[in-house]
Order: sequence, then structure tokens, then C-alpha cells
Amino acid sequence: MSEREPYVGRRIKRTEDPRLIQGLGRYVDDLRFADLHHVSILRSPHAHAKVTSLDASKARSASGVLAVVTVDDLDRANVGDVPCGAVLSGMKKPTHRPLARRKVRFAGEPLAAVVAPSLAAARDAIDLIAVEYDPLSAVIDPEAALKPGAPLVHEELETNRAFDWSVSSGDIEAAFKSAARVASQRIVHQRLIPCSIEPRGVVAQYFPGDRQLTLYTSTQIPHLVRTMLAGVIGLPENHVRVVAPEVGGGFGSKLNFYAEEILLAFLAMQLAPRPLKWIETRPENFAATIHGRGQVGTIEAAVNRDGRILGVRYRSIQDLGAYPQLLGPAIPTLTGLMAAGCYKMDSILVEVTGVYTNQMSTDAYRGAGRPEATYQIERLMDIIADEMHIDPADLRRRNMPHPEEFPFKTATGLTYDSGNYRKALDRALEIAGIEKLREEQRTLRDQGRLIGIGISSYAEICALGPSAAVPAGGWESATVRVEPTGKVTILTGASPHGQGEETTFAQLAADFFGISLEDILVKHGDTAEVQYGIGTFGSRNMAVGGTALLRAMERVRDKAKPLAAHLLGAASPDAVTFSGGTFSAGDQSISFAEVANAAHRAASIPDGFEPGLSATASFEPKNFTFPFGTHVCVVEVDRETGDVTFLRYVAVDDCGKAINPLLVDGQIHGGIAQSIGQALYEEAIYDEAGQLVTGELMDYAIPKAHQCPHFETERTETPTDVNPLGVKGVGEAGTIGATPAIVNAVIDALEPFGVTHIDMPLKPEKIWRLMQKEGR
Amino acid sequence: MIPSTFDYAAPQTLEDVLFLLKSGGANGKLLSGGQSLIPVLKLRLAAPERLIDLGRIPGLRRINAETDPISIGAMATHASIEDSEALRAVCPLLPQVAGCIGDRQVRNRGTIGGSLANADPAADWPAAVLALDAELVAAGFGDAVKSIPARKFFQGMMKTALAPGSLLVEIRIRRPASGGAAYQKVRQSASGFAIAGVAAILEYGPDRVGKQVGIGITGVAQYPYPATAVEKALVGKRLDEKTIAAASQLAGESIDDPISDIHASGNYRLHLARVHCARALRRAAGLNPSP
Repeated sequence: MSEREPYVGRRIKRTEDPRLIQGLGRYVDDLRFADLHHVSILRSPHAHAKVTSLDASKARSASGVLAVVTVDDLDRANVGDVPCGAVLSGMKKPTHRPLARRKVRFAGEPLAAVVAPSLAAARDAIDLIAVEYDPLSAVIDPEAALKPGAPLVHEELETNRAFDWSVSSGDIEAAFKSAARVASQRIVHQRLIPCSIEPRGVVAQYFPGDRQLTLYTSTQIPHLVRTMLAGVIGLPENHVRVVAPEVGGGFGSKLNFYAEEILLAFLAMQLAPRPLKWIETRPENFAATIHGRGQVGTIEAAVNRDGRILGVRYRSIQDLGAYPQLLGPAIPTLTGLMAAGCYKMDSILVEVTGVYTNQMSTDAYRGAGRPEATYQIERLMDIIADEMHIDPADLRRRNMPHPEEFPFKTATGLTYDSGNYRKALDRALEIAGIEKLREEQRTLRDQGRLIGIGISSYAEICALGPSAAVPAGGWESATVRVEPTGKVTILTGASPHGQGEETTFAQLAADFFGISLEDILVKHGDTAEVQYGIGTFGSRNMAVGGTALLRAMERVRDKAKPLAAHLLGAASPDAVTFSGGTFSAGDQSISFAEVANAAHRAASIPDGFEPGLSATASFEPKNFTFPFGTHVCVVEVDRETGDVTFLRYVAVDDCGKAINPLLVDGQIHGGIAQSIGQALYEEAIYDEAGQLVTGELMDYAIPKAHQCPHFETERTETPTDVNPLGVKGVGEAGTIGATPAIVNAVIDALEPFGVTHIDMPLKPEKIWRLMQKEGR
Repeated sequence: MIPSTFDYAAPQTLEDVLFLLKSGGANGKLLSGGQSLIPVLKLRLAAPERLIDLGRIPGLRRINAETDPISIGAMATHASIEDSEALRAVCPLLPQVAGCIGDRQVRNRGTIGGSLANADPAADWPAAVLALDAELVAAGFGDAVKSIPARKFFQGMMKTALAPGSLLVEIRIRRPASGGAAYQKVRQSASGFAIAGVAAILEYGPDRVGKQVGIGITGVAQYPYPATAVEKALVGKRLDEKTIAAASQLAGESIDDPISDIHASGNYRLHLARVHCARALRRAAGLNPSP
């Protein structure tokens, strides 16, 4: 058999895309059911209010309305709370009912749900529910929430302070005492709205005869939703099936378990066997799906005369919103653990306080805590470079660990697996042509034009992760089912929401079995079909789920070998080799498909061979992985208006081995785009009364294609030994690496005005005002 | 996103529209391209009893660039104006402004008449019709058609000179003489509406002395306005950098209550009006071809 070019490493277009582009994908809203009924949800218009009365009688008697439920109905049926899976030690945790009881704590909190045969009837009935509120003062600013006398989001906790968390090492006091210079900056990581193109959506159906509940939901974690839902709704877990069909993005917002999923399941059981559907509207998506970031803090660094960092101190407040959602409290701890960035230092102190406010909960949003860590240290590096008159690239270089220092133990106690940080930095500068750029910058500056060059170097934590460090476990599963014809079906527990696993997992399998990509089908998302798994988050699918797949494929091969030996008449399985889709022994060979057929036909099998050919495996990683890279951004600021225009964008990322460089580029592009959003446009703004002012796409700007520059991407490839594939993960790197590069570029452009920092988003008016104030 | 219940009428003639408007009083709402109205209905910010769809009225989409004045039917879509080669030849400002509205999907449905009658303070068309000193032709039940000068049409935030029960049917624009025109727009980064939009038309001869100057500004004040002080400062003057720079300083003159919101303060909007007035004028005068 001729040697075929491996699929792995090739820029292969996503096999998912033809169906998605043609509108043939099946998202929750596309699923068809007989006798479907619709659910509409009454949400609080107030951020903070006592509910003095709720009269649903008119809605209940409206034509067509089947049911109106409030928290009383949930209480009577012993429906559980919305769970938090990241209750930190000593954390004060409030009760989180799926529907508000007596008090509402954020604008958009669900109060009641209506079921009717049409969405129009359900929606109309919402307006018939009479609620009387006694409005209370809202607390929006997380720093103000900690002050004495601040309104209490949860009176029973007697404070808005949810937790204090810290990580430290070394003698931080000594570091600051002996420092030649101390640099410090207050940093605001503004609240962001994830804004996946497909909002959330749920269809639930219950059959009382065999007590089977099926929940179709747009989620990143179908198996975890199943486990949690079974507990909350009071059904045995094996009577609950959760299906994540096509999922149109999530960015972490669907790494969660929401009140609406509980409500739909509860209502479906009440109104069985009618299937019930709820599709989130965009205003609901803005108001009641988790937000990201929302951290404010001050970062300080103690630096010696040569610009070497001796220690870093970071104190921050995390705005949790009204309730701790699934992982919300854990997000700032990731910021803490990654606070040292890609730099060496002997001491560190990170202290995070979690705070409740009258806003939607914050939780994991692409990057989840690491963009915060990278942004603040990379901003501070530029401030140090500026204050000490050291070239910003050189300052970074001086503080990076050398390749031979890996595995590298960080000040926060993590072990960075592998890296060559200087190489990525130098390559990015080389592509950008840094010396020529600086020269052009000087020339143009003399002509009055404001050109800025920004650098950001990052290391991030991926491939979540060792189970001991991840709520609900960090392993992943895969089943490889070889069909009698030799076609291969892969079942992965890492249910994707746009990552392209159907392509990349098939690439791995096609190479392994020596078959073509078309012979492989990758299935995911249905807990009735796929063995237990964890899901998609933390850039883990290939590193953890892909490795589980490799293990399962090895098991299949190892099972097939004795059969191949038997069919080939070889003395022992050890005499058989498997390569390019062919089992060989001496000059005899047999194809993978023939062996598959023989395994199922079972007419001629060796002793002890169990008919069939499939295997399931799981993989428990021993460490996280730590991708890294350097981004260089060049911008021009319009002196008259403060507008920012991109001139260049260079990204050199290292995600270990790239299975499909096209998809790696795609992830980097998307990540940078979201960074452009945070750096320049995006900000969830609540007014003092707690109303979400940016409650629609008319007022909340996500970046569009024309607002993105051409991305010049390149990779260095430093494998990891955390998994046998040598892959690290790339889903979040762009979002982590890019934001500081953009902001640093704008600040650099404003150097003639003496500007050293601006809080994001860098709206033109902010920049214009600074140029007025500090103009020269 | 389900609107409240409403009746829907799709009359076949203009007379029927006017009759429905008259008989339905304030409870009827005209549906043109629906690009503003439908989202408002879906968000239940408005709940009219009846929508009167103008889509079946013959002739309202016609564009006639051969005549002087140019005639554009109120139901002409932004896209049809953007794509009109005939308009590009005689009044390039119109296709240029059309191309700056929303995105292509919006432009395929949205209409010039719908936009003007809606009178959003940040819409693009008002800047153009003010700069071009257009005539907006309205029809009412039992009345003769009535021509309203664009400069008297906009009367407040989302408030126009259209009488109750009447509707906009046509926009008439005098063919510009030789010179140049430009539209400068600063987009609100989420919606794409104008934070400041300046449409400028300059008529000048080989001596580069301004004969006729028209400037319309949108997105800045409570309703779109003509920058008459700038116009006056340029008529009869040689259109050079210095004159334009000085005149543009007057672009926000007489505006004492500019729009101020989370996207831009009033002062910044006024500043942008001045900066982009100068940029639009420079482009129109051929001094700085790059946008």
C-alpha cells in the first residue's frame, strides 16, 4: 500500500461546515415535535425589589394557557436549587431558586413561566401576570458593595462579601522592600456579554410510563447537565437523557446549568407527555445568560535595577453578580494562579474578594480568568518598561524562563510543562519587522501622526485538567466503534460547540486506522448514545478528549491484532504489524476492513476473542498544558477624533502540536476578534438602578469582520509531554494574548501625550479627551 | 420576540392607504421597509392596532434620474439607490449615503421614505436631503399633494412636518451643478447609526469659488439640521483648506442641546460634527480624496 500523506498536520476544511452553511444543521430550535407547546418567562424589570404580590389568575384563565408556575409550585414539588459547583472554602453561598421567591436580585431574574400552545399566546399571557414590587436600592459597583451600609443582595448572608481567596509564595514584603522600583496600576476588567450567535434554547419531554425525561439543550456539558438535572428534579440519573444537538457557540456561557433548564424539565413532567420549548430571545440572552470578566484590582510589581521582577502583588474584587452560577467563584482563582504570566519571580501575593451585586452572574467567558491575568501583567510590563526606559520586548525577554528551565515551577505553584517563550517573542518581532516599525513610528510621529506598537507575551493554562483541580472531574472519554464494514464511529464525551472536532478527531482516526476521512463519523452530545464524559471548556478537547480517543483506538488495534494474526496464520499477535490500514505478518497482509468484518462475522476467531470490534477509553491528564506566544499590534490613532485604526496584527502562538493548522488559525482569529471587542468596543453597562443599558445588539458592540485587520499568524511548535499527542489547546489563546497587545499599542501611540493607561474599552471619546487634557 | 396582536392591511392603491389612515386615526401605523418598526414591535415598545403595508402601492419604488428635479419614490429601497448607476451619474451623494446605511440586508428592505418619515435623529437620509435642499412630497386624504422643503420637514426627535393622515410619497431633488459632494459618517459601533454624519454638497466652477453650498448634519442634535452658518461662510469664497477649516468650526453653531448617551457625549458629538464637516468639505472640494 502506498504511503499516504497523513491527515494530521494538514489544513483540512471543517467537514461540519457544508451542512451548517447550507442551513442543514439542527439546533435546538430546528428540532420538530408533535404537539409542541411553548414556554415564555416573566422576568423582573427591577434590579432589586421585594415582590409584595404576584397574581397569575388572569394569565391562568387566558385562552390556551396550560399552566403558569411560580416558585411555590417548585417548592411544593421539591425542585432543587440552581447549583454552584465552585463553592470556595469559607464562601457564603445564597440559596438560588430557579424562580425568585419574595425578592428579585437582578433585572431579568425569572419570576414565573407560562405554557401555551403557541409562543404568541405564552408571551401574551406574561403581560397578564400582575406583580407588585417594592423597589430597593440596588448595588452595582462591586467596590461599593463592600462598604458598610451598602444594600444587601442577600440579607441572610449579612454581607455582600462572598469569599476571600489568596495564593502566595516567597517573601513578598522583602521583594518590595528591596525593589529598585515599584510599578503599580489599577486595572478594570469590564463586564462582557458572551453573545454566542445561537442563544440558549431548551426542549423538554417526559414520558411517565417509563419515567424518561429528555432535555434538548444548547450546552457545552450535556453529561454534567444530566447529572445535575437528575439531582435537582428528583429523577434517577439513568432516567434522564440530555441532548446537545448542534450548538451555535457558547464561549463559556453554555458551560453552565441554568434555571430555565430546570424549569422546562419540571414543566414537562407536570404536563407530560407534551414536549415544551423555550428559545431565549436576544434581550434575555443579554440579561440572563452569564456575563464574563467583571474584575477590578490593583497590580504592583517590585523590580530590581535591571528590570527583573522580584515579586508581584495583585489585590482584586470579583463581581459575582447576584448569584454564584456554576463556576463563577472559580474564575478569579484562575486569574490568581496565572498572575505571574510568562515570567520568573520569587514571590507573589494574590488576594481576591468575591462580591455579590444586583446584576447577572459572571462566570466563564472565553479565557475565563486568564485574559485578566495576562492583561494586567502585560499592561504593567509596558508601564515598567516606560518608567525604566527599557525596551518593552527586552524587558519581557529578561524575565522569561529559558527553555531548559522547563518544566518550570511558577511563583503560584503551577508547573508549566514546556515552552520557548523567547523564540515566539523574537519570531513575532521579526515578522513585524520591529526595527523598521520603530523607525517609521518616529518618522510619522514627527509628522504629527500617532502610531503605536504594542507587544503582549502570554502563557496560559489549558487542557483542563487534572480531575483533582476541576469541579466534576477533568478527564475525558471516547469510544471507537468499528462497524462490520470497517467504517469507524467515534463517540466523544467532549461535546463541542463549534470547535470542529468532527474534523480533527476524524483526522486522528483516519491516520491511525489508515482509512479515509469520509469513513469516519464523530458523534457527540447525546447522553443516551455517548458514554459519560465531561464536556468542552478550558481548551481541552484535543488534549484530553483527543488523547482518550487515541487510547480507545490503541485498544481497538490491540484487540484486532490477535484476530489478524489468526487470519494471517501468524505465530503470535506480536508478529503482526499494523500500518497504513493494513495488518501484516511476513509477506501476508489483510486490510483493516477485512479484520473488522471478520470480527463481527466471528466465523473464524482465535480462542478467547470476543466478537465485535470496539473499545472505550478515558484519559486523566497528569497536569494542565501551558500554551504561550507573543502578539504584536500596530495601530494609528486619529489625532482629531481618537479613532483607532489597525495597521498590522502579528500573532505567533504555540499550542504544541497542531492537528489542523487551519482550525488553529480560525481559533486564533476568533480569539483576537473577541479581544478587539474587549479592547475597543464591548462593555456591559448597568446604570445605578441596575438596568442593563447595553441590553441589545443596538447598544452592545461585538466586533464585526470589517473592524478586524488582516491577521498575520504563525506558530512555533513546542510539544508537551502531558499527553501523547503533544497538543496543548488553542481555543482561548487569541482572547488571552491579544487584548493587552491592542491596548499597549494604543497607549504607545499616545506617548506624546504622556498617557500611561486607559481603562477598556478604548472608545474614541476617551482617547480624544486625554489628548485634549494632556495635549502638547 | 413576539409583537402584540395587530391587524394587517395591504391596500392596493394610494387612495386606499389614505382612507385607512383617515378612518383608523392614530391607531394605524404605516409599514414601509420595517427596519425600525418591526424591531420596535417585537420588543413591544409600540403596539399599534393596525399595520398598513405600503408594499403593494404601484409606482412608489420608482427612481427617475433623467428629470430635473430627480424624483425618488418614497418606497425606493436604500439598496436600489445605492445600486443606481443613473443616480451615481447625476447625484453621487445619494448612492454614497445609501451605501452607509446599516448593512446590505437592512438596505435591501429599508426605504428612503420610511427612514425620512421615521425621522430618527441619527438616520443618514436626513443629512442628505438637507444638504441637497430636497422637496419632500406628501399626500393626504382628499388633499392635493403637498411639497415640504426638507429644511422644514424635521421638527423634533422623531417628529416631522407630515400632517396626521398623510404620507410621504416622493423625494424631489434639484440636479446639482458641477462641483462635488461627500458624506462623512462616524458609526455608533453597535448599531451603525450615526454618532455624527455630515453630508456636504458644493457647487463651484473652475475658479473654485463656492456658488451653492449645502450641508446636512445628523446624529448630533435632537433632530437633523442644516449647517447654515457653515454654508454662508463658504458661498462666494474660494474653497481652500483654510476657508474650509474656519467655516467648519461653525458646524455645531446654534446646537445647544446635542444628543448625549453612553456612546458619545454631546460635546464630543459637536466636535465630531466640526471635524467631519471639514473632512466632508475637503472631499467635496477635491482637496483630500481619501475618505
